[in-house]
Amino acid sequence: MLDLYVARDSPLHALAPGWKILALAIVCSVLFAIDHIALSLGALCGTLVLYRVARLSVAMAWQQVRPAWWIFGLIFVAQLVFNSWLIGLFVILRFAVLLMLAGLLTLTTKSSDMIDGIEAGLTPLRRFGFRTEGISLAISLTLRFIPVLTQVVQEVREAQNTRGLERNPFAIAIPSIVRTIKISEEISDAIDARGF
Amino acid sequence: MIEVQNVSLTLDNSPVLRDVSLTLSERRIAILGSNGSGKSTFARLLNGLRLPTEGRVLVDGLDTAKHGRDIRKKVGFVFQNPDNQIVFPIVEEDVAFGLKNLGLPAQDRARLAEEVLGRYGLLSRRGQSSHVLSGGQKQLLAIAGVLVMDPEYVVLDEPTTLLDLRNKLKIANAIEALEQTAIVVTHDLDLVSKFDRAIVFEEGRVLVDDQPDRATVRYIKAMQDA
Repeated sequence: MLDLYVARDSPLHALAPGWKILALAIVCSVLFAIDHIALSLGALCGTLVLYRVARLSVAMAWQQVRPAWWIFGLIFVAQLVFNSWLIGLFVILRFAVLLMLAGLLTLTTKSSDMIDGIEAGLTPLRRFGFRTEGISLAISLTLRFIPVLTQVVQEVREAQNTRGLERNPFAIAIPSIVRTIKISEEISDAIDARGF
Repeated sequence: MIEVQNVSLTLDNSPVLRDVSLTLSERRIAILGSNGSGKSTFARLLNGLRLPTEGRVLVDGLDTAKHGRDIRKKVGFVFQNPDNQIVFPIVEEDVAFGLKNLGLPAQDRARLAEEVLGRYGLLSRRGQSSHVLSGGQKQLLAIAGVLVMDPEYVVLDEPTTLLDLRNKLKIANAIEALEQTAIVVTHDLDLVSKFDRAIVFEEGRVLVDDQPDRATVRYIKAMQDA
């Protein structure tokens, strides 16, 4: 969701995020509920068709799966030892489809639309006194501050490297936490200042 | 008009502001002072982010202690570090955040966001991640995110401190072009030379309140004597 949205003029981009999130939840549940390799193969074909419908390349579908290959390797070895290579392939196939579908959701949905969709889905909780806009803001802040906090840790690590403290986890953790707390105070003021 | 009436503020048992009384009505006002002089805390009083321990702050007659939400619509605030002010991951989403808080429908949010991003040369970046912008672009985005809410006053807390010369000039031009009353906390004496008024803080009190050329001379002398 940080950088993944790819603007295209497609029916999937135009579809309301709530429907996409709901469809993802249903497909994931069905794939896990029904253990059948033909269903997973069908889902893979269907997912690749959806990428084309969204005017996205098959390479983009592959990019969603690629970072998880080492996990797939571990799963395959575990299944090979305890079950069979066929079950190993089946489990990997199912995970790959899920990752591609989740990726398709983020590729075709702006984070603000996604957050609006989540907020709309949480609306019934308002009856019980929940501030749903607070939940959606928390999701936004998480996404927004991943790169900021990564940068904070990087700067602290570089500073400690120059002092020969690169192997001391406390020397990196404590200044990073202190800076993060200071940042959070200012963010809180900034959110207040913009009328939230 | 913003009226600061006999305001004192104590934080963690330390006095930060001591019996400050000012009336702010000029179009461009600079707030100067050394680190820890109380100028940033003073700026936060103006839109109710901090409340006085004694005295009161009135914005167009509204007390910041009683009308916090209304005050924040009237007084926009731009922070020193834009990274701590940009809330949403995508440029246009961040600009729309304040508008959503004002209760504007999505269509109006999109239109106004486009307009303000165009004004600050960020329209081509609208769909990009805010964290990949340059320092100057981030500060312009922070200003855009505040101005899109159409406040009557804008308080800017050291808006040029983290920027290089090129970006400083961009921000200076953006401040110059503001239609609103701007109250700028800064260490940048060049920035304030064209302002209408400069107020120098020292140890929580107003040390100098004068035209910028005279105020900066007295400020520099006070710092040299200290």
